[in-house]
Amino acid sequence: MSTLTKEEIDHLKNTANAKALQRRRLKTSALLITNVIFAFLILLPLLYAVSIAFMPSGELFSTEMNLLPKHPTLTNFRDALQKVPLFRFVLNSFIVAGLITIGQIISCSLAAFSFSFLNFKGKEVLFMLLMATMMIPGEATIISNYLTVSGWGWLDSYHVLIIPYLTSAMGIFLFRQFYKSFPISLYESAMIDGCSNIRFIFRILLPLTKSAIGAMAVYTFINAWNMYMWPLLVTGSQQMRTVQIGISMLNSVDAQSMTLMIAGVVIIILPSISIFIIGQKQLIRGMFSGAVKG
Amino acid sequence: MNHSSSRISRIRNVFSATEPYLYLVPSILIFSIFLFWPFFKTIYLSFYKTNKLGQAKLFVGIGNYKELFQSSAFINSLYVTLVFVIIVVSISMLLGLIGAILCNKTFPGIRFFSTAYALPMAIASSSAAMIFRIMLHPSIGIVNKLLHLNINWLADPRYALVLVAILTGWLNSGIDFLYFSAGLASIDETIYERASVDGAGPVRQFVHLTLPGLSPILFYTIVVNIIQAFQSFGQVKILTQGGPGDATNLIVYSIYRDAFFNYRFGSAAAESVILFVIIMCLTLLMF
Repeated sequence: MSTLTKEEIDHLKNTANAKALQRRRLKTSALLITNVIFAFLILLPLLYAVSIAFMPSGELFSTEMNLLPKHPTLTNFRDALQKVPLFRFVLNSFIVAGLITIGQIISCSLAAFSFSFLNFKGKEVLFMLLMATMMIPGEATIISNYLTVSGWGWLDSYHVLIIPYLTSAMGIFLFRQFYKSFPISLYESAMIDGCSNIRFIFRILLPLTKSAIGAMAVYTFINAWNMYMWPLLVTGSQQMRTVQIGISMLNSVDAQSMTLMIAGVVIIILPSISIFIIGQKQLIRGMFSGAVKG
Repeated sequence: MNHSSSRISRIRNVFSATEPYLYLVPSILIFSIFLFWPFFKTIYLSFYKTNKLGQAKLFVGIGNYKELFQSSAFINSLYVTLVFVIIVVSISMLLGLIGAILCNKTFPGIRFFSTAYALPMAIASSSAAMIFRIMLHPSIGIVNKLLHLNINWLADPRYALVLVAILTGWLNSGIDFLYFSAGLASIDETIYERASVDGAGPVRQFVHLTLPGLSPILFYTIVVNIIQAFQSFGQVKILTQGGPGDATNLIVYSIYRDAFFNYRFGSAAAESVILFVIIMCLTLLMF
């Protein structure tokens, strides 16, 4: 066996490197292509909805393949806005989801503050009791809740949509996980300086746990925006309908209006998707920093 | 003078003793009125026959439960729910896992793709159901056109349940993607390098390294998925109304129908209690 010269070794090295680089590139492009295909599959219902929303009604009702509109139009959006008071639905949903979000952030952070920073009798028991509420599915109490609020004459109002959702066990849990890593010395020195608890919460604690609030806000808003069963039961008039109920009313009308129904769906999906995309990072960090520190 | 200052300090003491509870008042108030109270009221109602307004009229003990377990409609509803949950959980976890594996190693565009895979969690079940309705439309729907078929999918008892389950699986896959991504990120990369040096192929690596590495989060994800699938409602209401026949009469839809169409609040309350017991057992399983 003859020994290799230096040139030969260098040559071998270079070809090996080139091969490795080529293989890595191949792997990356294979990964990229697989991702494109899978993402297309996952997004297909949404892409299809957007395409139908811009499609003239006549085009949809043809037997030929029609993935994309040949003559894109905005009439569906205009008709959807005329046929149902879509702006009113959107406004209602913004009011309801917005107030639920703000309310949950306040009530949950107050409760979590008490559980994290203060000592009192029955603390553990109360905390367990609140956490145990996660076991009760909303659907299991919905009949009694409906009977209660209708007995109070609360049906068809904003408060019936908002008040039952003004707190959540998950929110209390999430905030408490965040407060666990909050430096207790900061709380103690604030107390020594004569700061009241309530002032500490709003001036120090909340501003320093913005990421928890962000995660909570995104999660709560999207869930409230997408609520279906409760608003279906407790709202009756056009004026009080939220987006999900309002749009599903377009569902039952004639087949000709399918394109405008989908245009309506696209309009009401946009806010929740935008908020999700903007707040995604915060949401994920919030979801998992809580779980990891647990 | 002395007297009044001791009174002030006494008030202050009472305040600092009650203060911790004050912060809990908003949450406990809401939970009491809209969760604990209706919860006990539901249990109470489940032992009664009610009138049309939902008022308890006639005590029947476990009569409502007995009737439920003797009625083939309710047994069917439980069976349908079970099949539904199995399909939903398999689909959502499979989609979530594929997405998480595809986004495990960084590559150009990863942020776009990971947003896409998580996106279904932001979509309402009712909106998604309306999109699926058009996709499955017998004459104009894209599904029939692509497959060159002419099937009325949602009117066929063989397909309706599976299709509602596929939609629900898609909706739930977004959050599974996040769970699995977090799970994969916690697996030590170097074990893969050692395995490939030892000549283990991708399939063996997946079975022997990835799955065991995911197992802590796998169990949690399964239980959360089952609970979520049990609570599906909007998609059934919009796509099938429980039909055709009772093919998609999931338990939550059955509660809704018994209470708000048949005005059998007692029976619906008993179904709610059964749903609660199922969910409670699943939740306790998690700890």
